[in-house]
Amino acid sequence: MKALRNYIDKIKPHFEKGGKFEKLESSFGAIETFLFVPNKVTFKGSHIRDNNDMKRTMSVVLIALMPALIFGMWNVGYQHALSVGINNSIFENFIFGFTKVLPIIAVSYISGLSIEFIFAQYRGHEVNEGFLVTGMLIPMLVPVDIPLWMVAIATIFAVIFGKEVFGGTGMNVFNPALVARAFLFFAYPAQITGDKIWIAGLTEGKGIVDGFSGATPLGNWGQNIVDHTSFWDMFLGFIPGSIGETSKLAILIGAAILLFTGIGSWRIMLSTFAGAIFMTLIFNAFAVNEYMKVDPMTHLVMGGFMFGAVFMATDPVSSAQTNKGKYIYGFLLGIFAIMIRVFNPAYPEGMMLAILLMNTFTPLIDFYVIEANIKRRLKRAAKIKINL
Amino acid sequence: MSTHIKLKKGLNVKLLGEAERSLPTSHYIHTYAIKPGDFRGIHPKLLVKEGDAVSAGSPVFHSKSDERIQIPSPVSGKITAIIRGEKRIIEEIHIEATPEQQYIDFGKAMPVDLNKEQIMDKLLKSGVWSYIRQRPYSMIANPSDQPKAIFISAFDTAPLAPDYDYILHGKGDKFQAGLDALAKLTEGKLHLNINPELNLTKVFSNAKNVEITSFSGPHPAGNIGIQIHHLNPINKGDIVWYINPQDVITIGILFTEGKYDAVKIIALAGSEVIHPRYHKIINGCCISTLVENNVTKGNLRYISGNPLTGTKITSSGFLGFYDHQLTVIPEGDHYEFFGWAKPGLNKFSFSRSYFSWLTPWKKYSFDTNLHGGERAYVITGEYEKVLPMDILPMQLIKACIAEDIDGMEKLGIYEVDEEDFALVEFIDTSKTEIQQIIRDGLELIRKEMS
Repeated sequence: MKALRNYIDKIKPHFEKGGKFEKLESSFGAIETFLFVPNKVTFKGSHIRDNNDMKRTMSVVLIALMPALIFGMWNVGYQHALSVGINNSIFENFIFGFTKVLPIIAVSYISGLSIEFIFAQYRGHEVNEGFLVTGMLIPMLVPVDIPLWMVAIATIFAVIFGKEVFGGTGMNVFNPALVARAFLFFAYPAQITGDKIWIAGLTEGKGIVDGFSGATPLGNWGQNIVDHTSFWDMFLGFIPGSIGETSKLAILIGAAILLFTGIGSWRIMLSTFAGAIFMTLIFNAFAVNEYMKVDPMTHLVMGGFMFGAVFMATDPVSSAQTNKGKYIYGFLLGIFAIMIRVFNPAYPEGMMLAILLMNTFTPLIDFYVIEANIKRRLKRAAKIKINL
Repeated sequence: MSTHIKLKKGLNVKLLGEAERSLPTSHYIHTYAIKPGDFRGIHPKLLVKEGDAVSAGSPVFHSKSDERIQIPSPVSGKITAIIRGEKRIIEEIHIEATPEQQYIDFGKAMPVDLNKEQIMDKLLKSGVWSYIRQRPYSMIANPSDQPKAIFISAFDTAPLAPDYDYILHGKGDKFQAGLDALAKLTEGKLHLNINPELNLTKVFSNAKNVEITSFSGPHPAGNIGIQIHHLNPINKGDIVWYINPQDVITIGILFTEGKYDAVKIIALAGSEVIHPRYHKIINGCCISTLVENNVTKGNLRYISGNPLTGTKITSSGFLGFYDHQLTVIPEGDHYEFFGWAKPGLNKFSFSRSYFSWLTPWKKYSFDTNLHGGERAYVITGEYEKVLPMDILPMQLIKACIAEDIDGMEKLGIYEVDEEDFALVEFIDTSKTEIQQIIRDGLELIRKEMS
């Protein structure tokens, strides 16, 4: 440790202003602060500071994503084994999925972080940790058979147009990971929708068991095919789907971590679920087709709803910033997600579009919450004047 | 007890080194200083020069804009140095004390027998007026203003803060005399806000001529700004005054004994103090006698005040005019290998992102490390958890950064002071200097208004 610290101290001057590599200052800083919490001290204001920082916060989110990711890797292997009709052990399934998913994660991180480092250097500030989460979310949102170059392009697009053009971390209007997903969705619809893309190797179609469809429950419903997948299969995640979204149990473990540590917003999660259940119950009451009759619990465990509600809707930057706004944002988000699912056959999954739509409305929601706070204050002042 | 207000939001930062309830015999401290920087918005006009002799209560300087506001010498002795900083700003005025104290006689008179003008006259002449401050801006009260109320917070919830119930024990008469004087200064109410759990000696609950409200809850429940917000919030144009309970005694003594007695009891606390306990000192004293051979070795941070809002001083620095606490904690100028990735059983955090949540009873030795780098505002909804006010902290902070005066006014800048945002700064994941941002916002408005 000491030797490493000494070495860093030795080479540090080269990266500071006036040094040989001053152009790489923020990249150096990123690596240095990754290895060592800096020695920077307070000098006024609060002399003591909480141990929690952005790195820790983002690593907690990454840890919360792990159950869903690990299960997702296993499920990639499991679904593949089903499709070709072989019987693999849990470990073999996991290793198969691991080799399929790891390259996607690597591509997402390498392409995204390169852009992040370039922009941080250009702007002259430290590299923000937010991409550590975005870079993990993107692979979890895509089907396993996606070509790697598409992941790279989508990630680069998301970082530049989803985040940096707005002014960088903290300023973005849309959730960058969803911008990547939406980009893929509209630019390469064939590779991200349909029945065949969710299972590794199914698009090529070699050695597939006869009659194996590969369709997701949500995909079936989207085409008005009554799906009979059991609730528990969907809840536990033994279904095809995007890499990280299938196991609702794993996602709920992640949600528990986020809520317990106080990092994820319970207001958004709760109200998103409430909105979705509310909308489903209305559809149930006025059902004119089979899809409208689907009960709330099934909707919650189908597709990417839960992944979106726990990990995407709660993005602190692109969601509502006021506490009251968070309730409104989540509730409307839940409503729209189910509405888009049921009424829009072109998009089987409504969650992505619902979150992006609500991201657009968050400034408006916050505006009204802030106005209400201001009005309360003015009213109080007026009341006192009248009494005088 | 009439009303009780229970606050839920906030955080008690549990630090090691709480002051033990015992008072050693008084120390004889030679050097004292008045630091004009303690008095916000005051441009000092010196009334003394090096070598002048002063008595306790002689004015040392007055405000350039209002000559009535004068700062008195806490001790009798000789002016030994006038320390100036950049642009010749006066930083410290040093006074060497005589072993026997000489007091200026301002005359005894019970406040109940005096009218408002007579009380104000005595307070202003003796300089004791400078203990009365106003909100907004936390500066010395303007004698021409009509405050809509006067507030006293009888308890301090800040980390390692002194217990005023202990300090004021047995001084009920002087406290009451001070209250009687203050009550005549406003047509509104004189509020005394107490914590029922910190009222063993009943010195507060037995007080008369005041409106008593009890507050409970974690820090910042003891902050005057929070209490004002819940009892009589400040709207644009409103002025309220406030004063520390121990300074009420100083007022009381001015009337009962006719002198400016700057003696006060402070808590010497912090994880690096060998014997953390209370000390009886005179305001503005040099701290070296108190900390000599009484602190651990190593690089230490001396704070006049509490660790959340206090001022950094040196080991031979001077206690701030309004401070009742001296805290010594370790400096944190060290690197920590993968510090952000450790389980962190010993790393306190308001969030539960470190495993220190397993031991909620534990007390910590906090150093001054920032524990991370400054970042953009990413996390939302965390500031609200430690600010028990109907104020949107993130939006107010952003309005201050943008220097949007209209926005700041609408979002309630007059109701807050930087100390109310100390916890917000403490828990801030983005490691920004929120107290400075709020202070700059308030200063901008003050300059704009005058």
